Amino acid sequence: MKGNIYLYILVMAGVTYLIRLIPLIFMRKEIKNVYLKSFLYYVPYVTLAVMTFPAILNATASLWSALAGFITAIILAYRGASLFKVSILACLTVFIIELVV
Amino acid sequence: MGNNSLSWKNGIKDGIPIAFGYFAVSFTFGIMAKKAELTPFQAVFMSAANLTSAGQFGALALIGTSATYLEMALIQLVINLRYCLMSCSLSQKFEAGSDLPHRFLVAFGVTDEIFGVSVCREGKLNPFYNYGLMSVSIPGWMLGTFCGVVSGGVLPARMISALSVALYGMFIAVIVPPAKGNKLLGGIILSSMLLSLLFAQLPVLSHISQGFRIIMLTVLIAGIAAFLFPVKEGADEG
Repeated sequence: MKGNIYLYILVMAGVTYLIRLIPLIFMRKEIKNVYLKSFLYYVPYVTLAVMTFPAILNATASLWSALAGFITAIILAYRGASLFKVSILACLTVFIIELVV
Repeated sequence: MGNNSLSWKNGIKDGIPIAFGYFAVSFTFGIMAKKAELTPFQAVFMSAANLTSAGQFGALALIGTSATYLEMALIQLVINLRYCLMSCSLSQKFEAGSDLPHRFLVAFGVTDEIFGVSVCREGKLNPFYNYGLMSVSIPGWMLGTFCGVVSGGVLPARMISALSVALYGMFIAVIVPPAKGNKLLGGIILSSMLLSLLFAQLPVLSHISQGFRIIMLTVLIAGIAAFLFPVKEGADEG
């Protein structure tokens, strides 16, 4: 069923390293193409948004605890809390909701 | 040489908070890796070889669904494409005379945090500063992974359920603050989530593997956004 774990790791490590390396070696000048620059600018936001939702709703033991964690994270992030704080307090919310409900 | 040694020490100092943050995140990664049936060695090896939070979490999800190696390569490309932008920017911070080997070494440590800290330094970049950052944050990342895998089995299910949202909390903490006061970016993030929900629910589209769904949606949405709303020169970079 499953592929070889070590091959997976080597494939991902190779791809990730090349992404980091290639611009440092070959693109010593700034990207001028506005479209490409804009595309690269939007990519992380879109990818992370797509990965977060709706996947977060199935991450925990119940839909409601996940929803509570999701909303907590958004509010805290909006208020400018640190990455660590947002992450931990979202976890804590899920924990408390599952304890109570 | 004295300058290099000083830069290295400054890097270590600035790298300590990064290492603490990494420990917390990679601890969760270790727990998830355990759930995905990786051995402690495999999990720590993955952390050491990749040094990418979102990429590694994404990889676990793919391994769980018996994805192909091509899917794995593409998902890493999409998730980690932001490093490309960071490397472009970092590339211009390098001292003019710096040797190629330095570029090969610094490239390994291009993460959101290491990039963020090193690119904000005044003047040109001394690679030894990055080595300092890397020499504490990478062990932090590996140690957290190890502790997570080892403890994963003994933590109660309730706790694991709670920690499972840590990664998503982290993603939200990355994407929400820049969207504050930027209606365009906020709209793009909201549209991405709604389209993602739609793709996950529609009968035909939900058969596409999660990995390719993320790639398709990203290329589609970011592509359209770049076409409709090109980023002005001098705007913040991701």
